[in-house]
Amino acid sequence: MTEPTPTPAEERRTTEGSVYTVTGGDWDTLIDSDHDDRIVINMGPQHPSTHGVLRLVLELEGETVQQARSVIGYLHTGIEKNCEYRTWTQGVTFVTRMDYLAPLFNEAGYCLGVEKLLGIEVPRRAQQARVLLMELNRIGSHLVCLATGGMELGALTGMTAGFREREEVLHLLEFLTGLRMNHAYIRPGGLSQDFPAGWAEKVTDFIKVMRSRLPDYDKLLTDQPIWRQRLENVGYLPLDGCLALGATGPILRSAGLPWDLRKIEPYSGYEEYDFEVPTATEADCYARYRLRVAEMHESLKIVEQVVKNMEPGPVMVADQKVAWPAQLSVGSDGMGNTLEHVRKIMGQSMESLIHHFKLVTEGFHVPAGQVYSTVESPRGELGFHLVSDGGTRPVRVHVREPSFVNLQTMPAMSEGGMVADVIAAVASIDPVMGGVDR
Amino acid sequence: MPDDTTGTSKESAEPTGGEQSSAEASGADTAAQRAAGGETPRSGEVEQAPVDAEGAEVNRTGVTAEGGTRPAPSRAREGMFGIHGTGDTSGFGGLRLPGYAPAPAERPFGGWFDEFADDFAEALRERGIARGAVQQITIDRGEITFYVQRDAILDLCRTLRDDEGLRFELCSSISGVDYGSADGSGDVVQRLHVVYHLTSLTYRRRIRLEVALDVEDAHVPSVVEVYPTADWHERETWDMFGVVFDGHPALTRILMPDDWDGHPQRKDYPLGGIPVEYKGGAEIPPPDERRSYS
Repeated sequence: MTEPTPTPAEERRTTEGSVYTVTGGDWDTLIDSDHDDRIVINMGPQHPSTHGVLRLVLELEGETVQQARSVIGYLHTGIEKNCEYRTWTQGVTFVTRMDYLAPLFNEAGYCLGVEKLLGIEVPRRAQQARVLLMELNRIGSHLVCLATGGMELGALTGMTAGFREREEVLHLLEFLTGLRMNHAYIRPGGLSQDFPAGWAEKVTDFIKVMRSRLPDYDKLLTDQPIWRQRLENVGYLPLDGCLALGATGPILRSAGLPWDLRKIEPYSGYEEYDFEVPTATEADCYARYRLRVAEMHESLKIVEQVVKNMEPGPVMVADQKVAWPAQLSVGSDGMGNTLEHVRKIMGQSMESLIHHFKLVTEGFHVPAGQVYSTVESPRGELGFHLVSDGGTRPVRVHVREPSFVNLQTMPAMSEGGMVADVIAAVASIDPVMGGVDR
Repeated sequence: MPDDTTGTSKESAEPTGGEQSSAEASGADTAAQRAAGGETPRSGEVEQAPVDAEGAEVNRTGVTAEGGTRPAPSRAREGMFGIHGTGDTSGFGGLRLPGYAPAPAERPFGGWFDEFADDFAEALRERGIARGAVQQITIDRGEITFYVQRDAILDLCRTLRDDEGLRFELCSSISGVDYGSADGSGDVVQRLHVVYHLTSLTYRRRIRLEVALDVEDAHVPSVVEVYPTADWHERETWDMFGVVFDGHPALTRILMPDDWDGHPQRKDYPLGGIPVEYKGGAEIPPPDERRSYS
């Protein structure tokens, strides 16, 4: 039996030294006396373990990471710039596409900011519906974190289970809002329309399903020895490091600080609901995993309370200068304006038609000023800095994305550890590149 | 929004901006803001500072931190149509509103703002930072904004982070705002702003610091040594607005490619801006040059 001769790794010379393209099976050709142990590895942006189009540049000494840097921008879509060229309402359809795993948080945070600028408060039913949607979305987002995190660490059953449960969330969100993702359902002033009939039963069924399935994660992962060995004491970032680097969300809470904006600065009536903020003190990847599982249980508790307490009423502010004029309904050709509304604006009231046209094309005026409004997204503090000059379009929409800020903690968590632990650390940060790059 | 925390005095303003046909509900506010920033200043309005605002500041240093020594942006209102050179297809792209010029707040501020402003002034005095470093305090919609001198930003941040009565441990966000216009019409004084959102976890407070810059001299000291999280925020602000953060450890582009020309979120940078290329050499013009509505 003869050993196959390895093809030598492709080599090109740069000012920084030789660059090799290693494709597997050809590492032997690099191990000789000409080279020391220090290598710089480029990982990504297309790599199954980097949590999206994230590129990591790792300087290795053997298998120890000496320096780690992340390179981002591969998913930059100019959402903030685009928002300046559309009306305030149209901005919702942009921001919902940023952090694509938590679209409803983007919508809610943006709309809360616009409402603060306008000085209006949305009706109670709309607030409750927003809470319901956000908590369902939080469950879905955390499930993806577990699923992709499991996949990156080699726990493929975790991935299939996580995506199976997330599908339940997406089915429910599709029923409630009309779309699985990119809903554009939460609008400045309330919601685009009320929940469809039978929503309470669907949500109750969902709670039942999730209550039976969430404990499976404890069986599958929580006490599994390999899972624990991969995550425990890995990606350590204590409280002072979190604050210096601006980390919020599960990363900050895993370091022992119960900082959750739902409790600290309640919005949309979160003060009414009874739920806990899970914290840990280990400040490692395993603590962050456990917090996410615990948060899903807490979210189910909130969803249950919303279903119980939801009151009938309008879902949009009464102010006709802000509220979208059309009453939407599902017709034979999909969702659109109700026939009554079309009949009214086309046949009966010229003023209604003008009003509809002006509000839809030009948009409503927002008094000049600036606000910073925040919500607690699954990844931490999601802040919207909105500036208006009194016109119908924003002067500036800046998004303080928790993924973007939290990703800065990657070097602090990984340097000095093993290459494999970088993957665990990135998975526990749970950056969503659509949010990082915007 | 409690009314007593609103710094802009709407009653005294004479609406000069004309009636808003489609937003009567918000029209009064809009008109008040417009009057504040428009061509007709209110009597005694310190917002319309003279051009030699620097000299005025020197006189004020040590006297009061709460006067309005910040030069106000100003821009006349213009009509809606006849817009060229932007990707805006709404038909209203030519609407130009006057620059946003918030009025300085007057005591009492209400809420925790009074106590906080006193503590802040005291902390600055203890550390020997001139009170003129804070040029204006504005309270609007329950949020407090400090317009500060750019050279003092690092000292202010350090004070805000370290002083026991202030304790802003977390820098939530740093970003830029361009108050200019796409076609460069209307002179807005110091149109580039850098905005800092600081959060105190100890006292559960949020404040905003704002630094105004000239486009020709868009330099501001970096606060990375006080808030390490500012690293990526400042890189993004450099990338998008071309603000140079002096003292930043590695101020490189972060979202755009390294060899990109221009800073996309400046108002004079068009939406689109570059042609769209397809495989095989086909090319269509950039979005802002495709159609003309006038």
